[in-house]
Amino acid sequence: MTNRLEDVLENSGMAVDIVPVEGELNVGPQHPGSGHMRILVKLNGDIIEDVDLDVGYVHRAVEKLGENRNYMHLIPLVERPAILDSIHMNLGYVMAVEKIINVDVPERAQYLRSFAAEVNRIASHLYGLGILGIFLGHSTAFMWGFGDREVWVHILEMLTGARVTNSYIIPGGVRRDLTPAIIEETKKAITYMRKKLEDWKKIFLYNPTIRARLENVGVMTKEKAIEWGAVGPNLRASGVYYDVRKIEPYAAYPKLDFEIPVYKEGDGYARTMVRFEEVEQSLRMLEQIIKEIPEGNILSDRFFKQIPPTRLKKWWEGYRRIVLPGYYASFRPPKGEAVTRVEAARGELLYYLVSDGSAKPYRLRMVTPSYRLINVMRNLAKGSRFADLVSIYGSLDYFPPEADR
Amino acid sequence: MQRPIDNVLNLVKSKFNAQVKAESDARGQIEVDKKAIVEVAKLLKEQGFDHVKSVTGIDFPEQEKIQIVYHVSSYSNPELAKVILALKTYVTYKEPKMQSLYEVWESAWTGERETYEMLGVYFEGHPDMRRLFLPEDFEGVYPLRKSYKIKLEGLFVDKQA
Repeated sequence: MTNRLEDVLENSGMAVDIVPVEGELNVGPQHPGSGHMRILVKLNGDIIEDVDLDVGYVHRAVEKLGENRNYMHLIPLVERPAILDSIHMNLGYVMAVEKIINVDVPERAQYLRSFAAEVNRIASHLYGLGILGIFLGHSTAFMWGFGDREVWVHILEMLTGARVTNSYIIPGGVRRDLTPAIIEETKKAITYMRKKLEDWKKIFLYNPTIRARLENVGVMTKEKAIEWGAVGPNLRASGVYYDVRKIEPYAAYPKLDFEIPVYKEGDGYARTMVRFEEVEQSLRMLEQIIKEIPEGNILSDRFFKQIPPTRLKKWWEGYRRIVLPGYYASFRPPKGEAVTRVEAARGELLYYLVSDGSAKPYRLRMVTPSYRLINVMRNLAKGSRFADLVSIYGSLDYFPPEADR
Repeated sequence: MQRPIDNVLNLVKSKFNAQVKAESDARGQIEVDKKAIVEVAKLLKEQGFDHVKSVTGIDFPEQEKIQIVYHVSSYSNPELAKVILALKTYVTYKEPKMQSLYEVWESAWTGERETYEMLGVYFEGHPDMRRLFLPEDFEGVYPLRKSYKIKLEGLFVDKQA
C-alpha cells in the first residue's frame, strides 16, 4: 500500500518540514474548562511538559476565620467551600466538635446523618459527571447531571429546609426529623434514579466517544496514587481499597450493608465508573436507612433537656424540628484537640480542631479532598496531551472552591 | 493484645528522643526535635505510613514559636490505615526553618507550600517553595500567625421597635 502520507509525499516530490512548537499556555482563570483556577501549561507540540496550578482564586480564608468565630457560627462557614457537598463538610466539623465536648449522638440522628450524606453524595457525583460531560463536549450529560441532581437536592430541601448549605448537622444530633412525605419522595427518587442510570450508561458510559476520551487517559498507578496522596474515587479507581466509611466507620455506616467499588485500571474511565457504582451503592444504603431507621430522639438528651418546654411543644411535637438550645450560643469546650475524618463525595475530608478552652477554636485545620488533588492533578497532567487536560481535570472531579477553602 | 499504634509508638520511642502518646486506638502523636524529624519520618515510612494527610502549623506567640504538625497515615496497610499519627515539632520565630519531608512523603508537597505562605515557615529541600493560594501582594505577611488580625463585622440583629 502506498497510502502512507510519507510515500504519497515522496512520490509527488513534496516534503513536510516539522517545526517544533514550544511555549506556555494560560488556561483560565475564567476558562469554562478550568473553573476558578489558572493552569499554566508548558507545551511541547501538544504534549504537556509541565503544569503549574495557580490556585487560590476562591480562597475564603476558612482557617483564619475559624479562629475568630465561635463554634456554632463556624458551621455555616465550613460548608461554603463545597456547597454542593455541604452535608459532608458540616458532618466532619461537627464530629470534631463532638469529640472535644464529648457528647453522644442518638441512633436515629446517626441514621439521619448517613441519610443526608448519601443523598448529598449522589447529588455531588451527578454534578461531577455533568461537569465531566461538558468538559468533553457532551452537553446532554451536563443537562442530565444537573437535572437529575435536582431530584436529590429537592429531598435535601425537604429534610433540611435548604437546597445547599444545609447546616443540618449540629453538635449532638441533627436539626430536623424524617417525615413520611420525605420517605415517599425518596422512594420515588430511588426508582427514578435506577431507571435513569440505565439511560446514563447508554448515552454516556458506553458511548464510544466518551470512552475514547477517558480510557487510558491520565493513568495513575497504585504506587503513584499512594505516593501523591490521592483520595476518594480517584484512589479507589487506582486499585486501593480505602474508604473512610469502611476503615473508620462513623454515623450509621457500621450497620449498613454496602460495597466499595474498586477498579485497578487507574484511568479516567475507571474513575468515572467508580462514581457511577457509588451512586448505585448509595441508593442501596438509602433503601436500608428508610427501612431500618430506629425510633427515638434526634438530639442528645444533654442538649434536648435545655430546650424550654413551650418551644419544645410547638416545634418538636408540632413540626419535628429542634430549636437550638441556649448552650450553643457560646459554649466553651474543654482544652483538647480532635482529628476527625469523613468520606466526602470527592474523598477523605480531614478536620484538625484545637481548642484552648475559649469560645473560639485556637486552630481549625480543614483538609478537603480537592485540596489533596492539587498535587495529584499537577503530576498526572505531566506528559499527557493537551487535549486530555480537561479530561483529566473532569475525571478527577476537582472542585476549585473546595481546594482553596 | 498489643495495638498496632503502640508498636509503632514504642519503636519510635526506643530509637529517638521523642515524646509519644496514644490518645486512642486510632489516634496518636509524636513530638520530636526538628533536627530528628526526617529520621523519624523515614522510620514511620518503613513501618507503612505511606502518605501525609495534612501539614499545618499552629502559632504560639507567647512562646515565640510555631508548632508544625504532620498528620500521617497509611493506604497500603489495612491495620495502620485506621491510625492517624500527628508528627509534631517546633520552629522558633528567630529561625522559622526546617527540613522538608518531601523526600520522604511526596504528598507533603501541598501542605508544606501552604504552611510556608500562611505561617512563614521555610521548608528546606522542598522543590517548589512558593506561595500557593495567596495573591502576589502578600509578601512578608503571614495570615495564620496570631499577630495578623482580620477586621470583623459585628452581628446585627433587627430589634422590633
